[in-house]
Amino acid sequence: MLEVQNLSMRFGGLLAVDQVSLDVNEREIVSIIGPNGAGKTTVFNCMSGFYKPTGGKILFQGQEVQGKPDYKISRLGMVRTFQHVRLFNNMTVVENLLVAQHRHLNTNLLAGLLKTPDYRERERKSLDRAAYWLNRVGLMDMANREAGNLAYGQQRRLEIARCMVTEPKLLMLDEPAAGLNPAETKDLNQLIVSLKEDYCVSVVLIEHDMSLVMDISDRINVINQGRPLASGTPEEIRQNDDVIKAYLGEA
Amino acid sequence: MAANNLKHALFCAVVTLVIAYPILGLNLEAQGINVTLEGADASTVISVLAAAVVVFLFQLFRDNILSVLKSVPSPLPKSQKEPMAENKRARIESWVLTGIVILALFWPFFVSRGAVDLATLVLIYIMLALGLNVVVGLAGLLDLGYVAFYAVGAYTFALLSQYAGVSFWVALPIGACLAALFGFTLGFPVLRLRGDYLAIVTLGFGEIIRILLNNWTSLTGGPNGVGGIPDPTLFGMEFGRRVKEEGNVSFHETFGIAYSGEHKVIFLYLIALVLAVFTALVIRRFMRMPVGRSWEALREDEIAARSLGMSRTAVKLSAFTIGAFFAGFAGTVFASKQGFISPESFVFLESAIILAIVVLGGMGSQIGVVLAAIAVTILPELAREFSEYRMLIFGAAMVLMMIWRPQGLMPVRRIHIELSKQE
Ligand SMILES: Nc1ncnc2c1ncn2[C@@H]1O[C@H](COP(=O)(O)OP(=O)(O)OP(=O)(O)O)[C@@H](O)[C@H]1O
Ligand SMILES: [Mg+2]
Repeated sequence: MLEVQNLSMRFGGLLAVDQVSLDVNEREIVSIIGPNGAGKTTVFNCMSGFYKPTGGKILFQGQEVQGKPDYKISRLGMVRTFQHVRLFNNMTVVENLLVAQHRHLNTNLLAGLLKTPDYRERERKSLDRAAYWLNRVGLMDMANREAGNLAYGQQRRLEIARCMVTEPKLLMLDEPAAGLNPAETKDLNQLIVSLKEDYCVSVVLIEHDMSLVMDISDRINVINQGRPLASGTPEEIRQNDDVIKAYLGEA
Repeated sequence: MAANNLKHALFCAVVTLVIAYPILGLNLEAQGINVTLEGADASTVISVLAAAVVVFLFQLFRDNILSVLKSVPSPLPKSQKEPMAENKRARIESWVLTGIVILALFWPFFVSRGAVDLATLVLIYIMLALGLNVVVGLAGLLDLGYVAFYAVGAYTFALLSQYAGVSFWVALPIGACLAALFGFTLGFPVLRLRGDYLAIVTLGFGEIIRILLNNWTSLTGGPNGVGGIPDPTLFGMEFGRRVKEEGNVSFHETFGIAYSGEHKVIFLYLIALVLAVFTALVIRRFMRMPVGRSWEALREDEIAARSLGMSRTAVKLSAFTIGAFFAGFAGTVFASKQGFISPESFVFLESAIILAIVVLGGMGSQIGVVLAAIAVTILPELAREFSEYRMLIFGAAMVLMMIWRPQGLMPVRRIHIELSKQE
């Protein structure tokens, strides 16, 4: 469903991403790994429309999306999280989830002001959807807390829930396990697998936690210094000499 | 650190001297056709020097003074009280508010005309501040030219009545919509701007409108303003002693009561009250709707908001447009209350006062904004003897507020949302 072809991104003299290709099928978890500064986040930023790539193509469900504005790409069903959690900190947890559903609710202002039955119905649905996902990520008790006051692990989960209420087709997670303790990482592992199994989303995952990556990925792409280094199943990557060299070289 | 403070304090003192002495100390005396420069007399020189010394000492010990001020317990009540059950609290709150509105409905019949007049002004400021609260408090867009939309509303009514004989009730929606259109138009060029840049551009816009009104003499009468703006009518009944408009009847004759100038004042007050309540309710509703939430989301984190499919253009434009709409409302009422308007009424100071109300009240908080509007409008009237020091007191109050209670009188309380437990 997603095809990235020869994507390049240049910042002045720095070629941060160089001819990276990637494809993701329906209900698949594809990981992008690589040492720090390899250009993983930059690939995401190009895919989500945050940067306009300097070269290459991005096809989402057959449609070229490179260079489209970020909010339009997100409306197509490609939603992302951020390496540094970005919540609406002064809004409550539920409000964070309601904001994300603005499009399901978006009718004209008058319908909302007058509380037409149709509007109420949609509002109730979006509340239910929010409640469902809060339950799903175990944040129901925090519903009316301000998002900024949550513990780090909870914020990470809320960010994923906030993506899921938009009912995406493809979810891009940028280091979702960073800063989580082992128990939380285990929950995250199950959550991501269930997103694929139960909610039919494809996931593109950037992650440094190798056991998580090896455990849940269907395929893995390795990038080093902006260039694609290897790609294949976890088993193939584990045995790939180039990858071992790159990681050992870094260490 | 200490040396740094000393240098800074010396610098501030010198600046005080350099600024204060020429302004206060030098006088231009006209002697026949010549103008001579007179030096200051002794007392002025002494007070300027004293001021410099005060500035010097304050700056030198600034850190100590501020920390002492901070440690003084704030005279305002703490916001964290025992949390009450949310639905109970909400119910009590809505009862109390309804009670206050009902009181406000009957109150003008028992007080003096001057008080009612002042209360009308307060209500106009409440409308303005509630509208600006959308732009600054909720959407986080610092707008320093808000008074322009107020002016658009006021001038729309004034000019329509002068050239086309349009009545208050027809002009009210037109004024508000025209102001909204101006808000929308201003929204476009400033979409990409943020923070200081946005503030400067909106400030410029406010000035452009004022200067335009001042100089387009053929249409607006320039500095002379527009007069003879009619009062509102009640179903075709006029409140004047004699009926001005053909086809209207007069209020006191219809009801067979003696004419009194107070009727008109009270009627205007009631209109302002209804419109202010309407403004508050509509904006309150917006805050619970997707538009309102997206304003706040954009303020909180623009990148995250966009990554969730929110269009920055739509959200910002809606905030500007809706904010301006209510300023247009307020402007129409203002024009009707004054009967005469000129560009003098729409100077930057007005924008600053409205902004101060929003900040003092607690950005985004409606009740806080209403309280602050009352305080900022009424306190100067109560302390008329000190009217020369009005701005001074105002400034001092702002500084103290920022030290003691930077979140405003009544910081926003998040809306509590009950979720149905499922599964
Ligand atoms: N906006 C930008 N302007 C200039 N250079 C940038 C920009 N964004 C990223 N870079 C550079 O691109 C390179 C790749 O950065 P990127 O954030 O994509 O790495 P990463 O693989 O996500 O690393 P990490 O694992 O540390 O998150 C880095 O050298 C970075 O400095
Ligand atoms: Mg990164």
